[in-house]
Amino acid sequence: MDNAIGEQEMALLLSDLLELYGYDFTDYAKASLKRRLNRLFTLDRFPSFAELRYQVRNDAEYARRCVEQITVNVTEMFRDPAFYHALRTEVLPVLATYPFIRIWHAGCSTGEEVYSMAILLKEANLLHKSLLYATDINTQVLQKAATGIFPLSQMKQYSENYIASGGKEDFSSYYTASYNSAKFDEELSRRMVFSTHNLVSESSFNQFQLIMCRNVLIYFEKELQGRVFALFDESLEKLGYLAVGSKETIKFSPIANRYRQESKEKIWRKIH
Amino acid sequence: MAKDSLRDEEKLVVIGGSAGSLPVIMFILQHLKPTLRIPVVVVLHRKSDSDSSLSTLMAHRAKLVVKEADDKDPIIPGMIYLAPPDYHLLVERDKHFSLDDSEKINYSRPSIDVTFESAAEAYGKGTVGILLSGANADGVDGLQVIQEHGGIIAVQDPSSAQVPYMPQAAVNQLKVERILGIQDIPGFIDSL
Repeated sequence: MDNAIGEQEMALLLSDLLELYGYDFTDYAKASLKRRLNRLFTLDRFPSFAELRYQVRNDAEYARRCVEQITVNVTEMFRDPAFYHALRTEVLPVLATYPFIRIWHAGCSTGEEVYSMAILLKEANLLHKSLLYATDINTQVLQKAATGIFPLSQMKQYSENYIASGGKEDFSSYYTASYNSAKFDEELSRRMVFSTHNLVSESSFNQFQLIMCRNVLIYFEKELQGRVFALFDESLEKLGYLAVGSKETIKFSPIANRYRQESKEKIWRKIH
Repeated sequence: MAKDSLRDEEKLVVIGGSAGSLPVIMFILQHLKPTLRIPVVVVLHRKSDSDSSLSTLMAHRAKLVVKEADDKDPIIPGMIYLAPPDYHLLVERDKHFSLDDSEKINYSRPSIDVTFESAAEAYGKGTVGILLSGANADGVDGLQVIQEHGGIIAVQDPSSAQVPYMPQAAVNQLKVERILGIQDIPGFIDSL
């Protein structure tokens, strides 16, 4: 029952990932990260920690798998419908006044939120003048996101979320079903740009009017959260919006005094 | 139970419940003394889209302050924390919470096991785990980890539970030190 990977083993693995591959997990929240590592250890049936470590150190392909598995890639379309309702009614009408709209989905995983956003933009007649930059630390999830193919079994839930967010169309009109999957219209993905980006180690790459980073910061320790907020601040135009997950806040971060929460939802506006 | 040498700030009570546990939780909160100096964490299985009305309801009953845990909240003695819906609630070693929206465990998010196990690693023998009524075995592994770390484990007496499966599974698989009637749970916590 005792976990194979304790504090010491975790520290060794994290320093391997950093020194050999440049992935810096040292400021991730430890309790969750340790669970993920032990999950991987069980999943891949390692007889001992030493063998897991050997594999990570000597097999770059496996190291990538390790990174993919210890980061959390759970996401859904229109998660927290009230949040999307606020985007529709409070944020998009303001973005509509810009000639060109740039949105950054930071830590987009398999892309469900990016497609949700594209649907909102299309319904507001803004998609044609928008670009959605979707980034993640993992290449594999980005490839999946770019296909726009999601499990058909999820569509009932997503359709309910969509309607609860204020959607008026027939949700199934946005995808083509075949076998067990739903492929979303290329009209949506045509306005998306997918690229790897590591929030921990890379810098700002553009200026945006809206940055979405939901349920990513919970995996970071507080100090790293602060650094990532500074990165977002640098990447956000004045009067731009920053949206985080329902249990996350920018309130106690170093950038808090330049932002105002104008919504009941976790959406802040850069006012200075 | 005799008080041991641990100070109150080194103790943590974690309570897990599923089907049939809500009335028991309400009873416990209503009867805990306002002078309790130990933080209490409550993990209840509930629907992912449930709103925050449960914590409001709990706050209404309790003499202590009730809060739905936010990411990175410090764990303060004498507070009652409720795991938010649709997240796992983890306890970090430097005594704050972190949230995790990874896969469901035992069909549940929040999972009782996840909170119990991380609590045991953070608070060691200062951890007290209590498992209430429920229809699946979430929490049993967590109790075992608490026990392995020298903490105290207790369950609601299965004969008093609306759905006895969860506490019964703990009794069958583990050496449970305390099997408590509903009436006895608040006193047990107050005496820690």
